Amino acid sequence: MSTRALEVVATGPLATVQDLGRPGLAALGVGRSGAADTDSMALANRLVGNTPGTSCVEVTFGGLEVRVHGGVTVAVAGAPCPMAVDGREVAPYAVVWVPDGATLRLGAPTSGLRSYLAVRGGIDVTPVLDSRSTDTLSGVGPPPLEPGHRLRIGRTRRPLPGVDLAPVRVPDNGDIWLRVACGPRDDWFTEAAYDALLGSSYEVTAESNRVGMRLAGPALERARDDELPSEGMVPGALQVPPSGQPTLFLADHPVTGGYPVIAVVVRADLGLAAQARPGQHVRFRSSPR
Amino acid sequence: MRVLPCADSGLLVELADLDEVLALYAELVDDPPAGVVDLVPAARTLLLRLDPSGADAAEIERAVREARPTRGARPEVGEVEIPVVYDGADLQEVGELTGLGERGVVEAHTSQEWTVAFGGFAPGFGYLVGSDERLHVPRRSTPRTRVPAGAVGLAGEFAGVYPRESPGGWQLLGHTPVKTWDLDRDPPALLLPGVRVRFVEAT
Repeated sequence: MSTRALEVVATGPLATVQDLGRPGLAALGVGRSGAADTDSMALANRLVGNTPGTSCVEVTFGGLEVRVHGGVTVAVAGAPCPMAVDGREVAPYAVVWVPDGATLRLGAPTSGLRSYLAVRGGIDVTPVLDSRSTDTLSGVGPPPLEPGHRLRIGRTRRPLPGVDLAPVRVPDNGDIWLRVACGPRDDWFTEAAYDALLGSSYEVTAESNRVGMRLAGPALERARDDELPSEGMVPGALQVPPSGQPTLFLADHPVTGGYPVIAVVVRADLGLAAQARPGQHVRFRSSPR
Repeated sequence: MRVLPCADSGLLVELADLDEVLALYAELVDDPPAGVVDLVPAARTLLLRLDPSGADAAEIERAVREARPTRGARPEVGEVEIPVVYDGADLQEVGELTGLGERGVVEAHTSQEWTVAFGGFAPGFGYLVGSDERLHVPRRSTPRTRVPAGAVGLAGEFAGVYPRESPGGWQLLGHTPVKTWDLDRDPPALLLPGVRVRFVEAT
């Protein structure tokens, strides 16, 4: 039998291999990257008996099609998408055996944006700086998937958890509420700006990707207009350029940035944020420190 | 010192100047407080990235405030020599801006010791600070859409070497064959914070 692998037939808008990324390398100018919605990735991995940070395929808005070589056990979590094996529909969030030679296809999700395809044993592309994640900003890691790519599958001795279907919270189609803590640069903005951030809804624009989501809504007015020396950034930061329209940083955000950050989304809500589709609205509420 | 929280993901420590940043970075880098997963030095700030599940932000802030960094201390991470062919498109203009002339610029660039202050623009890019102010020049008013890998430039108080081809607004003095970013090397970045750099004229 040949090596077990997924052969990419189609990718949809963007499909990349992701794990927990590269923490601790900011001094090299390398960001963390990794799955945009780590909770969903962890769930998909648990379903097939992998450790939570095992490398998966992050599928943006469905459209992934792979031919399976050698037979694999898979599960999908995150944005729920219709899933078919050789044209036969299977339930999303189910643990599925895909036999040798069969084709697995993910349709467009009914809600949410990013789905995680976990394969028992993990996606075994060559790690770069100890991670298999594609960092779309810096170009570190494997290239995004393209038709013809062959992804080797690893092996694991961990037991399957014996769940066939996971109880999950499906991403919402309505407004997405995210908790924020103000700062670090709230003093660069007027009082009215923070009130506007908490009191309005912001549309996720089409200029959104793994680096960040550009939001559109009431402009956040600055109290001072000198230039901020570039400083370190965190995921979830709401960075505000002179236009006053905030960008919410996601997994591939730059290591440093030169615009002030009015508030930061708490870590537990970043997965929710990563599931917001262009056109959907996000709303912010204050998180107690 | 001001310590500004970034939700549960970080603490941004604001300091008076770059010397204070590097001294605190040098103090913390080898043994950071528990729960700190990364340190990001910048021109006026040091960001401590936290693991929200394992960090006690109040405790970390206390450790930072109690640290007694030695002023002028820099992380000890060695030195490198970077040969430069001074044929850059902006050499003449920098000569005029500084009043040093082209040869004067080369002399000023090669005769002072530079230190990598921080990174951040791209993997392997280091912002280098010199020991005098002769070469402080503004960025180009119009950035170039394409600057080749190995280009050696100046902007504001910093010198730098482009690790790969990218857009850029720095004033270009020349180029080096040295790869400042190489994934086959460990670590892949040559210009880590604290590394001391000498530019040497190559022909």
